[in-house]
Amino acid sequence: MSVEISLRHRIGALDIAADFTSAAGITALFGRSGSGKTTLVNMVAGLTRPDSGIIKISDNILFDSARGINLPPHKRRVGYVFQEARLFPHLTVKQNLNYGAFFTKARDMRHFSHIVSLLGIGHLLERRPLHLSGGERQRIAIGRALLSDPDILLMDEPLASLDDDRKGEILPYLERLRDEAEMPILYVTHAVPEIARLATSVVLINDGKSIASGSAAEILGRLDLLPFTAQDESGAGALIDASISRHEVDDQLTILASPLGELRIPALGAAIGTHLRVQIKARDVMLSLTRPTDISALNIVRCQVTELREDDGGMVNVSLERDGTTFLARITPKSARDLKLAPAKPLYAVIKSVAFDRRLIGTWN
Amino acid sequence: MLSFTPEELVAIHLSLKIALVATAASLPPGLLVAWALARRDFWGKTLLNGIVHLPLILPPVVTGYLLLLLMGRKGPIGSILDQYFGIVFAFRWTGAALAAGIMGFPLLVRAIRLSIELVDRRLEQAAVTLGAAPIWVFMTVTLPLALPGIIAGTILSFGKALGEFGATITFVSNIPGETQTIPTAIYTYTNVPGGETAAMRLVVISIIISMAALVLSELLARRVSAKVIGDER
Repeated sequence: MSVEISLRHRIGALDIAADFTSAAGITALFGRSGSGKTTLVNMVAGLTRPDSGIIKISDNILFDSARGINLPPHKRRVGYVFQEARLFPHLTVKQNLNYGAFFTKARDMRHFSHIVSLLGIGHLLERRPLHLSGGERQRIAIGRALLSDPDILLMDEPLASLDDDRKGEILPYLERLRDEAEMPILYVTHAVPEIARLATSVVLINDGKSIASGSAAEILGRLDLLPFTAQDESGAGALIDASISRHEVDDQLTILASPLGELRIPALGAAIGTHLRVQIKARDVMLSLTRPTDISALNIVRCQVTELREDDGGMVNVSLERDGTTFLARITPKSARDLKLAPAKPLYAVIKSVAFDRRLIGTWN
Repeated sequence: MLSFTPEELVAIHLSLKIALVATAASLPPGLLVAWALARRDFWGKTLLNGIVHLPLILPPVVTGYLLLLLMGRKGPIGSILDQYFGIVFAFRWTGAALAAGIMGFPLLVRAIRLSIELVDRRLEQAAVTLGAAPIWVFMTVTLPLALPGIIAGTILSFGKALGEFGATITFVSNIPGETQTIPTAIYTYTNVPGGETAAMRLVVISIIISMAALVLSELLARRVSAKVIGDER
């Protein structure tokens, strides 16, 4: 199933102009707060009426201003997970979960137990929402949306109101959902870590406009987009697909096979062969003209420079390439000058093992 | 002291019947008007709000007299109802119920409107995205969450209906066995020599009925809100 969106809308001083398509997997609508992302998903859900444009899911036209089509929200088959769970306080968890199925006549006990076990909420069914934790509520909200048998899932910063522990509790469920569900998921976020973990593709939204779209690795690896994707000093970093090739238990290391060669990272509790995506933060990458020896860092990658670009903060971002895979380094202008960095110059990138943040390592099936 | 004469029993029975019918009949339009005032924007909203609240502001006698002019057998509405549907309000117990219902209507609408306004609209939005048509959103989300206010409004309008005097006596007079309610009966007894004990008996029964209604509404509201805010038993 694919989604086709092309919308124009004016809200207050913000002009929204968004054009993108997305397919199965998680498409992240990524941009700063107030850039119109929520308005965009509200228009897909039918809660806000766009001034003009088209919203299409496969062959099903939800909105087409030229042809005067505007399906009411309850007929759009859109599952919406809001930032706050919005569970019905007067109903039990089970009744909340079954609410949508009652209207879409999609009641299916096997599906129900599957979703309940996927989200790990079986022990909560008879409870009422008030006394649940934020993470539990959000999981139930996801289940409730899924059980209404939607053609598309909209998630508006579903983790934003949760603390880091609760986020960590939900992220694995979202990964499983992405890999199992066939429906497209539009995922609004302003957090790079969520993109790194979850996003299949990214639509970059700035001041209401969709300014770039592509695979998550492509968008996070582009030097020209760093002003948007590097939210703070630690933010920027390319995504690298990898799989676990072995564990070195005595050294507390896990060895990954990746396009950059073998990567040694702190031990992970996942099986050999598991597909992962790791983020290599640009500021964690050191550059050397010769292969360093007698150095504590365990990952030394031979590569070459493709592009250099100075950012607003005066630092130099370097795009590096090895066998067609791109990653980034961020260094001072002095280092760039001393090393005489220029496109096509071969060098060695040095990445400390402990720089791999386990919370940013996504699992893919 | 509490052995009632047949005439008093008839008045008590009539009062309860009139108040119950008035409350039950005004609840559906009350819900509709309250919902429209709370959740919809439409032309004439301020006017509708004004008309609904008028009986609260006007002297009851004026409301009763207006009812008599409009709904009397010769009145513009009353004559049509009489001619085509055979419905007569003037000087009948149904007229007393109409007057009581209209006098209680603002109280009913006010309480329900406030409680609907307190229902989180974001929950209604969530229900819509789950496939619920607007009428189902109202039935399954708005109504249950507004229930404490609906109960309060119903009891208020029932109490008002039970105690209604001015509009009732003006519109349908004070006919024993047809339109004489507890308040108009008390008024009659206090105007005849030796009627004090009969009036006292009706005063006591008034207090008992009112207290019972209040206690009942309190119990109901407590049960409902315990359910709404999520009481784990």
